[in-house]
Amino acid sequence: MLRHRLDLPLAEDSTGRLLVWIMAVMVYLAIVALAGSMVLAGMAGRWESGLTGRLTVQIASLPDEGVRVARGGTAADTTAPLALRTELTLALLRGTPGVTRAEAVTTAAAHKLLEPWLGTALLDDLPLPALIDVTVAPDGRLDVTALADRLARSVPGARLDNHAAWLTDLRMLAHTAQMVALAVVMLVGGAAVAAVVFAVRTGLAIHSPVVELLHIMGATDNYVARQFEAHVMGLALRGGMVGLGLALVTVLALHQATGDASAGLLPEMGLESTEWLALLAVPVVAALLAVVTARWTVLRALVSLP
Amino acid sequence: MIRFEDIGLRYGTGPEVLRHVNFTLTPGSFHFMTGASGAGKSSLLRLMYLGLRPTRGTITLFGRDVASLKRADLPALRRQIGVVFQNFRLLDNLSALDNVALPLRMAGAGEAESREHVVELLDWVGLGEHLDARPPTLSGGQQQRIAIARSVIARPRLLLADEPTGNVDDSIGMRLLYLFEELHKLGTTVVIATHNEGLISRFAHPRLHLDCGILSVIAAGLPLPMNIMAPLALPTGLTSGLALPGCWS
Repeated sequence: MLRHRLDLPLAEDSTGRLLVWIMAVMVYLAIVALAGSMVLAGMAGRWESGLTGRLTVQIASLPDEGVRVARGGTAADTTAPLALRTELTLALLRGTPGVTRAEAVTTAAAHKLLEPWLGTALLDDLPLPALIDVTVAPDGRLDVTALADRLARSVPGARLDNHAAWLTDLRMLAHTAQMVALAVVMLVGGAAVAAVVFAVRTGLAIHSPVVELLHIMGATDNYVARQFEAHVMGLALRGGMVGLGLALVTVLALHQATGDASAGLLPEMGLESTEWLALLAVPVVAALLAVVTARWTVLRALVSLP
Repeated sequence: MIRFEDIGLRYGTGPEVLRHVNFTLTPGSFHFMTGASGAGKSSLLRLMYLGLRPTRGTITLFGRDVASLKRADLPALRRQIGVVFQNFRLLDNLSALDNVALPLRMAGAGEAESREHVVELLDWVGLGEHLDARPPTLSGGQQQRIAIARSVIARPRLLLADEPTGNVDDSIGMRLLYLFEELHKLGTTVVIATHNEGLISRFAHPRLHLDCGILSVIAAGLPLPMNIMAPLALPTGLTSGLALPGCWS
């Protein structure tokens, strides 16, 4: 049986072993960068989706509140107690077109939110503001600025927070992280291409007598290029699998570590199944890139033959 | 038909190693190519198997002007040429079987039919017991027979052989030449470069004789003209009047 598949003895080249490890490192770096970008983007997305269409009204405790309460005041007065101002604010919000829901956050719930940052010891002594969670109709008819003005005028200590600044920063962070990850992937891809070009050129130089012989015997440029493509594909896939394995261990370890550390502070930092699939596809994409590069390099080199 | 018209060849900026070469090989013809070492035989063979481009002149191969062909057309043309190289140029990483099957594989032949032909041919050249042997494990003569089998396996229209009997004894040399004769009878144009006058004398074929890059076509059975033989016979220092400048340097 004709067992042989590659005419060129490329498997004997030492550059091949080097290329396996280069591809492993490249794939590792690309997957870690992509995973980091995906985690940040997902985190920002979950935060944003949690906050979009939501407003928070804070009603601060006032320093002389207790004194004024004793004299008996109205809600519009700075003397009105926090509970009264909260009730007034709720009524105002519920009567505002475009607000679909307005609920006061209970003290217990507020404590639960703050516990991860402050612990339990201080919370009872702190003058916490009252919080009202507001849900806005998605039709956009609510004029948030007008509502904020109205609240500020009507209820002393009330402040409307539409999370815009926070969301802008969050979006910026996620976008920057994605750009950095993309730059890393591009750099890694460029380095991988350079490594393949080097390996293929070395192979062409080492085996130039055989390449020339095949050319003379009537091998098409594609025939010769396919030999290098098959060789590089095998090396890139082997390297890619090593890189993938190492990267998955790293990502899972980081996931575990951040999961433990961020419990309660940050949104879940997991990856979607499609994102896992995308990461698993990185070695395949790297191998395809290597094959295309090998083909291009060989075809360019063969042009010099008569 | 193969036609060389006013072909000249020089390597880089060196002197012309082939000058004003003109000849026509009709389909199915058989020629020996002779000449002293350095006379330009290998260069002329390289031009014939399209391993080089001439510095000037026109090469017509199988009725097509080679210079006018696109690069993509050349592999198909090359596959119609079988070449036996002086140093065999076998692929050491392949078995004898795979080496001989190479031209068929390049032409896209199926493995089953390739194997049948290859085994038959290797058997015929006496290497039926060495199908799986790698060239480095074989003798020079055995390697040469693999090289010859590889050159003829795809039934080329033109067969070029550079000293194909140089490493085999006379009986195997004769056997190989009879193989070339068989191919010739089937219509293959054959050109064999050799120094072996004994073999040449046993076959009535014309010769292309090269002398210092200049080609003469000599009919079968005729002796070499004296002015061609002189440089071969005289010491180097006495040939300057006959040899062209640079020919023996």
